[in-house]
Amino acid sequence: MLKSRIAGHALALIATVLLGGFLSATLVRLAPGFDADEQQLDPHLSAESVQALRAARQQDHNVWRFYFSYMNRAVHGDLGTSLALAQPVRTLLRDRAPLTLRLLAFGLGLAWVAAMSLALTAAWLRISTYDALTTMVSGTFLCIPAAVLALFSVLWNVPGSLAIALIVFPHIYRYARNLLAKSYSLPHIITARAKGLGEARILFWHVVPAVAPQLLALAGVSVSMAVGAAIPVEALCGLPGVGQLAWQAAMARDLPLLVNITILVTLVTLLANSGADVIALMVRGQKS
Amino acid sequence: MNLWRKLACVALAVVVCTSLAANWLAPAGYEKQYREATDAPPSHVHWLGTDELGRDRFARVLYGTRISLLLAPAAALLSTLMAAFIGGLAGYLGGIWARLAMGVTDLFLSLPWLFLLITARAFMPLNVAPLISVMVTFLLLGLLGWSTAARVLCATAASLRSADFVRQARAAGLSGTRLFLIHVMPNLKPVLYAQFWISIPVFILSEANLGILGLGVAEPMPSWGSLLRELEGLVSVREEPWKFVPLVLLVVVVMSFQLLLSRQEEVLA
Repeated sequence: MLKSRIAGHALALIATVLLGGFLSATLVRLAPGFDADEQQLDPHLSAESVQALRAARQQDHNVWRFYFSYMNRAVHGDLGTSLALAQPVRTLLRDRAPLTLRLLAFGLGLAWVAAMSLALTAAWLRISTYDALTTMVSGTFLCIPAAVLALFSVLWNVPGSLAIALIVFPHIYRYARNLLAKSYSLPHIITARAKGLGEARILFWHVVPAVAPQLLALAGVSVSMAVGAAIPVEALCGLPGVGQLAWQAAMARDLPLLVNITILVTLVTLLANSGADVIALMVRGQKS
Repeated sequence: MNLWRKLACVALAVVVCTSLAANWLAPAGYEKQYREATDAPPSHVHWLGTDELGRDRFARVLYGTRISLLLAPAAALLSTLMAAFIGGLAGYLGGIWARLAMGVTDLFLSLPWLFLLITARAFMPLNVAPLISVMVTFLLLGLLGWSTAARVLCATAASLRSADFVRQARAAGLSGTRLFLIHVMPNLKPVLYAQFWISIPVFILSEANLGILGLGVAEPMPSWGSLLRELEGLVSVREEPWKFVPLVLLVVVVMSFQLLLSRQEEVLA
């Protein structure tokens, strides 16, 4: 069961890379302005040089040929060159990934700690005022655009990871609160409480095993949320990470760079979701 | 209906009606420049002051609200129809079609929403006429926002496929198309309705994010996203609080939708 699930995820990853690569290559090929090259307008170039540039572009006209040459180069570690920044995409990604990973790790950590603390206390205390207050706070954050939260973090000089945490936290809290509330109302947990079992024992022996698979699935999804939040946070806070790079590529219509970032982000989020799914399966296996 | 929902209804009605009356409340329009009063504070002439190009902020907020509030439901309608077609049909047909459709849906869902939007937006020309930029922005939201709804609809349609009334109709010799359109689709209506309303605040927020990042509606056309870009230059919150009016309006509208939608979410659950 576990092996077949892992194989399924691996197949899905490979299919995503192949399909994503093809779709991206097709979109790049069909995007307006694909044929245009500013170099051709350079008055210093001779007619032969301009002709040579056109001939080089001509090779990329066939979508399949363009796709295969792109994949072939990607397999050998050559992800092409950014049109706007005139640097190899691989170098750009390598230089910027550590900052984004740090931001995501801190942001996600903070969001999970805040959301779980509030959700657990709401489930333990069962005070309607407290529950309404925490729900209102998280609901308010849900109604503020992520980019505005990023702007506020610049205004109040708070770290970008906190902005990511504030963007992701309400989503985690909302789901975790409902999950825990449902779990605490299960008959065997009500019985355990009535028999005087300690709260810590109820939590770790009865509630956590019941909600662990769903929370693991949520952990996978929260990675995707945090990656999405990294774009406005890095772009507006001036943090030179992959999110800012994606924004710069979008603004400059640097399609080769954007395509590579898209595939990379898809892989990261798929890996996170697959990992969460496999761990959840292992947890379920242990339980049964 | 509890008090909060009543308040949400009133707030939404006030905002919608005021924005629809923009032509009467701000007859000068959103692009007229008052060059003698650029970046002016609120006054009896300009209730919310003017922006750095001397345009009346109150007029821009009214017209921007109208654009966001009219086009977000249009995008939601498009995405719901796409979800009904892709998810509903895949769930009804089942087998390889359902697996294929859900594979594509999962691919869409695995990509962060904002990332998907800016990538798709970058594939379109950025220097387009303002009206076209409005269409492109909301069309993209509609075309890309179907995946969550499609997943729910696929599951609902799959459960209907084996329902007694569908089996009976099939046994009576009803064609597949007729069965899908006359018997399955009407039963998807509550889910479609719920998905439509849930998508509206999501699209309003997405447009705002795109606008702040400079990938949304182009100048001089106002929208909540482009109006919120003004916050970028703020030094302190207390300095020019009137610049927060578009944000307050957006939060009130999205919150009102959230309050009204809590029942719709119960339908989906």
